[in-house]
Amino acid sequence: MTTRWITWLDERLGLTAIYNTVLDRKVPKVNWAFTLGSATLFLAVTQAVTGVFLTAYYVPHPEQAYESINYIMNDVAFGWLIRGIHHWGATLMVITVFLHMLRTFFYGAYKYPREVTWITGVLLLLLTLGMGFTGYLLPWNQRAYWATTVGTSITETIPFIGPFINEALRGGTDLSTLTLVRFFSAHIWMLPAALFGLIGVHLYLVVRLGISHIPDEDE
Amino acid sequence: MAHDSHEHGLNRRNFVAGIVTFLGGIIAAILGLPAIGYLLSPSLRNRNTASLDEWVPLGLIEDLVEGEPRLFSFTRTQRVGWEITAQSYGIYVLRKPGNTFDVFSNVCTHLSCRVSWQEDLGEYICPCHDGHFGIDGSIISGPQPRPLDRFDYRVEDGTLEIQLVEV
Repeated sequence: MTTRWITWLDERLGLTAIYNTVLDRKVPKVNWAFTLGSATLFLAVTQAVTGVFLTAYYVPHPEQAYESINYIMNDVAFGWLIRGIHHWGATLMVITVFLHMLRTFFYGAYKYPREVTWITGVLLLLLTLGMGFTGYLLPWNQRAYWATTVGTSITETIPFIGPFINEALRGGTDLSTLTLVRFFSAHIWMLPAALFGLIGVHLYLVVRLGISHIPDEDE
Repeated sequence: MAHDSHEHGLNRRNFVAGIVTFLGGIIAAILGLPAIGYLLSPSLRNRNTASLDEWVPLGLIEDLVEGEPRLFSFTRTQRVGWEITAQSYGIYVLRKPGNTFDVFSNVCTHLSCRVSWQEDLGEYICPCHDGHFGIDGSIISGPQPRPLDRFDYRVEDGTLEIQLVEV
């Protein structure tokens, strides 16, 4: 019965072809360092899922942001778990993204024909850091407030356009409601849209080009 | 696949697939089941009834005229989520002979609009769907399923007090 349904669907959707291309492709003999990309993808999806759940209670307003997170942590069933996964997953994702990049670099896996995979990977690294930066402000506690004050102030040191970038990031001269809301918007819509779009391109290229083998001694 | 040593039984490929499915299921359950509780949490929480069964003083009974419903309004604060919100209550009190009282909620039993006493008609009227209630809270006409809700009351030192738990 189940097989009949699967055959019926497969005939129309071509799922087996997708499965074979994406998951059953040939790979060279590699080591555990080659799982870092998948680990990062797993964390990205987990972040997306827990992040969506957090928006069920979080309010991006200076008077309510901290209170709403307090509520998630202390009053909502499993709120501590959902936010805990989001909190630690964020840190972990930055680490796996970085290790993934190091592996690619030291194995020379960024070379022809994988240059575009590398470039999208660099953009994904920057987007991940952007997610970390914008997400850090959202609790609106002292640490978040001053970290963002410092972080945005750094842009001010850029010659000529620095002050403008600083104000553009903050939505004004100082941190305010506007800063919180635009960081929230960037954190839940703009950056994730770019991130998951680029993950699509990145994965397409990985599937299309295959993964490189570990360099031999004489290479 | 064909040259895998064991066509039947557990080969390496099936084993890995099985483990992945199993671990994936566990991870999904660890995330998924709490997520349901997480979303339903506020609606499953016990209502903040502790503050509701306090006795709320409305006023002196000597100010109440027999046979004339009188509206008492007051607000009570309540913690909803992380916010303290004020909730306003409207209570109609009718003094009856022998120091007994009818204490009605002004919330219409149909769809929770507020009823008001119409002196000229001698009826409570809900403006939303033209519900009419008698002076004793009974249904005269309209879509409402039951008479006006009543509250418990007591008289302490000449002051009428009510309990906000509907009876």
